[in-house]
Amino acid sequence: MATINVTAEGTPALEARDLDVHYGTTTHAIKRVSMEIPQNRIVALIGPSGCGKSTLLRCFNRMNDLVPAARVTGEVLFRGENLYDGHVDPVEVRRRIGMVFQKPNPFPKSIRDNVAFGPRLYGTPDDLDEIVERSLRQAALWDEVADRLDESALDLSGGQQQRLCIARALAVTPEILLMDEPASALDPIATAKIEELIQELVHDYTIVIVTHNMQQAARVSDYTAYLYLGELIEYGDTDTIFTAPTEQKTEDYVTGRFG
Amino acid sequence: MSPDDSARASRQFDQELAEVRELLLRMASMCEEQVRAGIAAVKDRDAQAAARTVEADREIDELELEIEERAINLLARRQPMAVDLRLLVSTLKISNDLERVGDHAVNIAQCARRLAEALPLVPPDELDAMAEASTTMLRDAIEAFIEQDVDLAREILVRDDEVDRYNDIVFRVMLKEISDNPSAHTAALQMMLVARNLERIADLATNLGEDVIYIVEAKTIKHHAQEEEEERAEHEEEGEWDQ
Repeated sequence: MATINVTAEGTPALEARDLDVHYGTTTHAIKRVSMEIPQNRIVALIGPSGCGKSTLLRCFNRMNDLVPAARVTGEVLFRGENLYDGHVDPVEVRRRIGMVFQKPNPFPKSIRDNVAFGPRLYGTPDDLDEIVERSLRQAALWDEVADRLDESALDLSGGQQQRLCIARALAVTPEILLMDEPASALDPIATAKIEELIQELVHDYTIVIVTHNMQQAARVSDYTAYLYLGELIEYGDTDTIFTAPTEQKTEDYVTGRFG
Repeated sequence: MSPDDSARASRQFDQELAEVRELLLRMASMCEEQVRAGIAAVKDRDAQAAARTVEADREIDELELEIEERAINLLARRQPMAVDLRLLVSTLKISNDLERVGDHAVNIAQCARRLAEALPLVPPDELDAMAEASTTMLRDAIEAFIEQDVDLAREILVRDDEVDRYNDIVFRVMLKEISDNPSAHTAALQMMLVARNLERIADLATNLGEDVIYIVEAKTIKHHAQEEEEERAEHEEEGEWDQ
């Protein structure tokens, strides 16, 4: 496998070491994947359906714990600690490593309560209004909703709902944002807004994004990892992956000659 | 999109790429033909052949426009990646370079027309050798593109120096001719211009060689060809030491 040298990027924000995921006894979804996610960079995971990119993403904040048949072995290091060590609290992991899903999934509550949900869950901060405003501003949604914070989140457009979900994830001040096809249910204009937002957010967060859309990976990411049948085939800087990949398998996929 | 659909779409794209390549090859062989015709007109002092060469350039210009349009459309519609992207970006550069080769062939033909009217002057042997070297470079560059042959492409880059040397010699010989025999100055000047155009054609063949290396190996060696060659030579030398 061809892989990047990210040592130039300093201490990684996240690092997978010899990661394997099995579903039940028959499916080997992730095969000995090792990779570093550099700080304040956008890493895109690409590959055909079923290649394991979403499974790998979910390993990064222990979301696979919620899948009963999934068994994870290997390590995911975050701030010097293996997220899978016995004493690590998965709820705390998910606060510090947030996730945004494919389909916008706001709660059937007001816009304000959606953003305040996480902070309330972790305590009752006094500066809740401030957190709500800051998170909505960071998610580039504030100007559109400032005068209707008490209206239902479900009345927002799809693109606005997705930015609300990003604001909700940001409200608990994570360090890393995982995004699972965050724009695949959106039209091109809403998609462009999300992509712009991702490139703003990377100044403050480390971002890992799974996308089906190769052009999107090419547009937004600094590094791209290509997965196929659970294996990390190639991981490198995005310019190289899309103009001159090292591996034939990557070349076949990015030129659409796969299969 | 199912994998089947994706494979179908890709086959259609392959077909479209093949068509662009086909046009590019047609343009390349027309350019080569034009250069040869221009040189023949110089040798034969054939003003009519020269006029035909000038006229035929229009077809090359039209082909350039068609290739450019198709390549831009494919870039917009297919958003190609990796080798496809490199091929299409290079196609734009190659068609532009070939169009200039065509223009140089026209310049040579125009020199031929003026030479036909001037007092006869025997061309220096170096001009002949230079014409042969330049056209061979162009032909090999086209061959390297057809076969995606990077070894041949690299060889062309080295040969450019040889053409430059011939150019210097032709200039010096013709300058001497003018000072020794002032009545030959029109013909001598035209031959210097022919040499100058041949030298440019060799440069454009070199560009084409560099494009082939970029398409196949994704390496940009423009402006670094000399260093790359020296490095290779060094490695080869080391290899010999090893043996």
